Amino acid sequence: MSKIVRTVANQLMLFVLVFGLYVIVHGHVTPGGGFQGGAVIASGVVMLIVAFGSGQIKKSLRERRLSVVESSAALLFILVAFIGIGTVFFYNFLVGSRIFGDIPPTGTNPGNIWTGGVIPLMNVAVGLKVMAGLSAAVLALALFSGGEEIE
Amino acid sequence: MRQFFAWLFLVVLMVFLVIGGFKMVHPFGEPPSAMDQYIIDNSQEQAGSNNVVAAVVFDYRGFDTLGEATVLFAAVTGVMFVLRAGGKKEET
Repeated sequence: MSKIVRTVANQLMLFVLVFGLYVIVHGHVTPGGGFQGGAVIASGVVMLIVAFGSGQIKKSLRERRLSVVESSAALLFILVAFIGIGTVFFYNFLVGSRIFGDIPPTGTNPGNIWTGGVIPLMNVAVGLKVMAGLSAAVLALALFSGGEEIE
Repeated sequence: MRQFFAWLFLVVLMVFLVIGGFKMVHPFGEPPSAMDQYIIDNSQEQAGSNNVVAAVVFDYRGFDTLGEATVLFAAVTGVMFVLRAGGKKEET
């Protein structure tokens, strides 16, 4: 792509990252969550691939590492689900504790980031997973259609 | 002729099914069960989450999210596996 497109994509990627992280981290307070924020960041990676070409992106972003990040996030998700198995699988054991343990008042309230128990942790895990997984899949497909080697 | 009767049978069957389906549709606006009202009332104190959708997805229905994550994992694994095999085949 032309230099204008590359420069604009370069500048825009920062805002895409910030917005995606905001959607992931505020998943339990505002609309959104891990899936949505991860998809936002992955679409930013797609924008970079379109602007710079897959060969250029390949130098700084490896699918193997993205795959490792995705698998680790999946393991973190299952681990957080397993910690609550004293009561039941996927038990929200952090509500009322010191970490993310505040309980919001019932009804309309301005929102508090330090609430939700295990929900923020799972949002971060799923966000990492979706971000890395979609980026890896799209990057692998782009490299394959470009005729380049995939390692 | 036989085809005509087959089509007629099919149309009549579809009309019956559609009419029956519309008769069984839940009245608009009423909650289909007590479950959703319970979740709306209790998600803030039980799950500590203002976003009821997040509470349902990650707390009340965590198994569903686990399945979704597994689907995504399988998709990415399939893509990497297939494309890597194709790349190696070209080399030889």
